[in-house]
Amino acid sequence: MDRQGNAPPDDIPLVLARDGQHGPVVHAANRAARLAGIMAGSRVVDMRALCPDLQVAYADQAGDRAALDRLVLWARRWCPWNVRDGDDGLILDTTGSDHLLGGEAAMLVEMETQLSLLGLTSRLAVAPTWGAAWALARHGPVRAICGAEDLAMKLGALPVTGLRLDPATVLLLRRLGLKTIGAVMDVPRLSLTRRFAKTALPANPLLRLDQVLGKLAEPVSSIDPAPRLVVQTRLAEPIFDPTPYLPALCADLCDQLQQAGQGCRRLHLTIYRTDGDISHLSVAMSALSRDPVHLNGLFRDKLDRINPGYGFDLIALEAADLGGVKTVQSNLDGGSDDDLELAHLLDRLAARFGDRAVTRPVLRASHIPERAEMRLPVLADAPALMPVPASERPIRLLDQPEEVRVLYAVPEGPPAQFVWRRQTHRVTRYAGPERIAPEWWRDRPGTRLRDYFKVEDQMGRRLWLYREGLHSDGRGGDPRWFVHGMFA
Amino acid sequence: MALLHMQKTLQGYPPQPGLSCFTLSEVFVETVADAAALGFALARLPRGQRPVLWVQDRVSRKESGYPCIAGIGPLRPIIMVNVTRAADVLWTMEDGLRCRSLGGVIGEIWGDPAVLDFTATKRLALRSEAAGVPCWLIRRLAHPNLSAARDRWRIGARPSAPHPHDSQSPGAPRWAVELFRSRHAKPGQWVASYDRTADRVDLVAAVSDRTLDAGDGPAGQRAAG
Repeated sequence: MDRQGNAPPDDIPLVLARDGQHGPVVHAANRAARLAGIMAGSRVVDMRALCPDLQVAYADQAGDRAALDRLVLWARRWCPWNVRDGDDGLILDTTGSDHLLGGEAAMLVEMETQLSLLGLTSRLAVAPTWGAAWALARHGPVRAICGAEDLAMKLGALPVTGLRLDPATVLLLRRLGLKTIGAVMDVPRLSLTRRFAKTALPANPLLRLDQVLGKLAEPVSSIDPAPRLVVQTRLAEPIFDPTPYLPALCADLCDQLQQAGQGCRRLHLTIYRTDGDISHLSVAMSALSRDPVHLNGLFRDKLDRINPGYGFDLIALEAADLGGVKTVQSNLDGGSDDDLELAHLLDRLAARFGDRAVTRPVLRASHIPERAEMRLPVLADAPALMPVPASERPIRLLDQPEEVRVLYAVPEGPPAQFVWRRQTHRVTRYAGPERIAPEWWRDRPGTRLRDYFKVEDQMGRRLWLYREGLHSDGRGGDPRWFVHGMFA
Repeated sequence: MALLHMQKTLQGYPPQPGLSCFTLSEVFVETVADAAALGFALARLPRGQRPVLWVQDRVSRKESGYPCIAGIGPLRPIIMVNVTRAADVLWTMEDGLRCRSLGGVIGEIWGDPAVLDFTATKRLALRSEAAGVPCWLIRRLAHPNLSAARDRWRIGARPSAPHPHDSQSPGAPRWAVELFRSRHAKPGQWVASYDRTADRVDLVAAVSDRTLDAGDGPAGQRAAG
């Protein structure tokens, strides 16, 4: 997966090594090394003896796999249903897509051209089954195309390694004198069944043969469900800013949604970069929508977050989380729908500041003040009926209760004087206490109860003060006092 | 003694001409941790179940807490927006004022940020009046600089009214309210008392033994100061 720009020259033998059981082994070799007789899987020290000026680098297998995964997404430009095959292949389900690219032969040429522009060498084949395509791509002619009727004939000449078997089974078949796939096909099925009845799939030539010939299904399961409502714009040359194209894309998508009688709650913007990567951007909405102006506005401040790389030449906009929307008539007096306006406002806010910043606080059944309130994401649906608190609560709560220093304690009730935020407060009147016990089913053992007081100081400020614990509760030392909220 | 009732009607229009609800009002809070200004602003919002958009910057939330809906009452839904910068607070308030279905917009800004200038307040005031949505800007630790707010208040807490049943405990809240600049009404100082059950604010002149001067002029006279 090295790009052309930083690949070493072809005439220097170079291998990539990986860790084996007895020291590093060869993971892959370039053409010069292969000509020198170096095979993948052999030990690097042995190969050094064979070829003294051998260059060795360590293989980045995880990186290769990740790059191949990205290539799977990039290959969606040809057909929507494709998957990574092992560590060195892609399987593309081109059923129904080839005629869009001028037939199978033209499609293969186009794919090879695009991949070579990325600096990748590719071997391509079209076949009715996964196994046949695998074998033809690795052992068949260049850009092989194989129909369903000549499957047996074309595969018969290929070596038996084309059956995707493990090395031990390949060795066994070679020793039995079965060197080609055709030879395996000619053996009576009963004999093969008798020999390989209980072996697993990678060691079972019979099952592999059935997969190649299509007698055993091998479906391609793509990594995520195929997009359903997508519009895309192909650009003549790479650009860096998608802003001028978005209104038209949104209008197209909303047309499609309108025809389908649907609205979406999520939009995915995908940008196919010229260097083979893709960038994603998603926005969500609080209500089903198919209003092109509104959808376009949600992307306004987010477009600078995408990384255009060296530019991109394809923009796709996909609608997700679809749901049915009825066409509603707007008010006859020209005014707009109130609910819709509010939903649009929430979308704009959530798109700009994120889901967490925009919340809808609702009450919950709990007596602990900080637990009595729950923050729902505003994009979620509105809550049901809320419980009503039994006694008076402040209109303002502090994130963290702040401890106060008691200057003058009295045996009952709140302290007569205390210092909070470096100011002395003298309590003139108070109401309380209201005792709130810890929730034993949730709190840690040893959590102390709270006695809440509404106090008013000499300036008239009304604070919500609580004492944590009692003198004799055996859960720590002297009780401490905290300010938790402010009354109006 | 000047007695001024501000009884809210269902439409939200106060009976007095010139004291319009649907405009930008700026409130300067006397001390940082004082909920009196919020109580006054909430009491002045028009009745109904329309949601209130409440925007806070980070410092305001850290220093003075967050609105507690158990105390405000579950009947009025709140949409809470927590942002970091004052510029984002202003952006959100302005965006919210485009939406006529809100019952009000409350923004809290800490200190004197450079973005909160005459232009920003003018935009808020015009949008608020165009949409018919009341807008309250709560300012903490701030100086009353140049501003286009139609009403500018300075509000602090005062010792509450006596409790009807318990002399030891605080009763209905009272606030010291100073309208120090207003486009429609005459500035003045009052002591406001809030009747929670009737959801009604009464303003009583701060200096009780002074009679109303006959030459004080009509209420709609443009205030100077």
